[in-house]
Amino acid sequence: MSVTLVPKRVSRRKSAQEGGSFLAALPWVGPALLLILAIVVFPAGYMIYNSTRKISQVGTDLKGVGFDNFAKVFSDPNLPRILLNTVVWVVVVVTVTVVLSLVLAQFLNKPFPGRTLVRMAVIVPWAASVVMTTTVFYYAAEPNYGILNKFLTDVGVLDEGFGFTKNAVPAMSMAIVIAIFVSIPFTTYTILAGLQAIPNETLEAAKMDGANRWGTYFLVILPQLRGSLAVAVLINIINVFNNLPILKIITGSIPGYSADTLMTYIFKVLQFDRRLDISSALSVVNFAIVLVIVAIYVKTVKPMKEV
Amino acid sequence: MSFLITEDRASRRTVIGRMVAGLLVAAVFLIPYAVMFGGSLKTRSEILAIPPSYLPREGAQWSNYLTMWDTPETPVAFNLISTIVISLCATLLVLLVATPAAYYTARFKFPGKTMFMFLVIVTQMLQPAVLTAGLFKQMLAMNLYDTWLAMILINAAFNLAFAVWIMHSFFASVPKEIDEAAQIDGAGKLRVLFRINLPLVWPGIVTAVIFTFVACWNEFAASLVILSTAENQPLSVALTKFVGQYSTAWQYVFGVSIVAIIPVILLFMLIEKRLIGGLAAGAVK
Repeated sequence: MSVTLVPKRVSRRKSAQEGGSFLAALPWVGPALLLILAIVVFPAGYMIYNSTRKISQVGTDLKGVGFDNFAKVFSDPNLPRILLNTVVWVVVVVTVTVVLSLVLAQFLNKPFPGRTLVRMAVIVPWAASVVMTTTVFYYAAEPNYGILNKFLTDVGVLDEGFGFTKNAVPAMSMAIVIAIFVSIPFTTYTILAGLQAIPNETLEAAKMDGANRWGTYFLVILPQLRGSLAVAVLINIINVFNNLPILKIITGSIPGYSADTLMTYIFKVLQFDRRLDISSALSVVNFAIVLVIVAIYVKTVKPMKEV
Repeated sequence: MSFLITEDRASRRTVIGRMVAGLLVAAVFLIPYAVMFGGSLKTRSEILAIPPSYLPREGAQWSNYLTMWDTPETPVAFNLISTIVISLCATLLVLLVATPAAYYTARFKFPGKTMFMFLVIVTQMLQPAVLTAGLFKQMLAMNLYDTWLAMILINAAFNLAFAVWIMHSFFASVPKEIDEAAQIDGAGKLRVLFRINLPLVWPGIVTAVIFTFVACWNEFAASLVILSTAENQPLSVALTKFVGQYSTAWQYVFGVSIVAIIPVILLFMLIEKRLIGGLAAGAVK
């Protein structure tokens, strides 16, 4: 963040040179700033404030309780299982997504007739609503009339329809598969962008040096993909960590909290228990984790360097 | 068979192998949507039949696309209107607010610019889901709970960052000299923006608009909590009401989904080429 280290005097002189003080900039950046402050920064602060209050189920602020809500959150017997689920959910989905996307991007970077159409097909789950995609999987996995169960019995994998969404472990597994399915398009395109940025000369030089295919891939291509992989991994971690619809639909009908992640738990507390104070405290914990990931993003990807 | 000759001069067998693999990849990504489409053409009794059929046996029920607007689970027509109004208004708001900010930050230096761009980057990594508990209480306090306006503001605020970011990089690619020449001719800043810059950066604006629109169209978490009246809810929330019901009208769920998905996919395909450029700039999330 070397930009912030520029002495103020210099930047002021420069800005005067280009005819811009903060007041002159305000009509241009003001509306955007106002929207971000009112709808992103303010609710973040308000949420932190609410996490220290006792709030009735209809939303009335009763009194300040200090860190009581956090004490309740951390002594919650459901929390260990929920945190474990969250870690498994994020690690498995992101790892498998990135590995499969590396393979798929490598393939989609090779020329063949019809490649544009295949690339278009890969876009579909990215554009389509996650709720709708998940719904069709939920239907297909229904034990009696679900078409996936019918297919699995027809090809002999199953003897009879299996209730994928009835128990925590199979339901979580199925949610993981869906999350991978909807995360691959973005990840593949990010890696594809990285692949196209590798100069042809680099690859030809590797060939001239007699490197074999795997050697070229691991020693030449993969190191060049570091930037786009960092973007893909971090944005996937954020997206998967904060994903609500997939688990809500697939594991939502399972009683208790054995198939919940931090995010689905927050929404259950907020929607069904209507405990705004507790869900605020949970959200603050969640928000802190997200901010750490954002900090890593800013540090490794350095999106500020061209500003 | 000249079409089998590719730039990397792969053998004919390799090229055919790639085409077969390509077909399989396309199938994997399209099959769920094919199931969706097939299901939308079945009768209610057929889609709940045990064992199920792969293809509509009783003939394609195109009439589902007319009758699906009236189901007991949720007022689908209202949900579609909500989705359209919220997405269009939020996209318009983003465009109005992000364009001047992106232009000014790309062209001029001013005290606080680094802070502003930093705020934009942090916002870009956040989603409404992260702050829903705060937004919920805020909208209650502001008397905006269960209104379209609340969701328009939320969608606009959380998608603003991406639009600023991508438009910023497009404006930055227009040489400053063009602006300066126009200013010497006596054009004001607004005139320079509208007459000189916008025609040059419109691909960036189209990309930003489509991305924002699609994100608003598919938003789920905040809508779920902020909008409680069935008529106000967007399709993403409304469709979850069908799930888990004893005898779900799946044919309608899928018909509505197809109607909601097709325009979005077409929009996304329009910017397919630019997606890779945008991703290379690290601007797309």
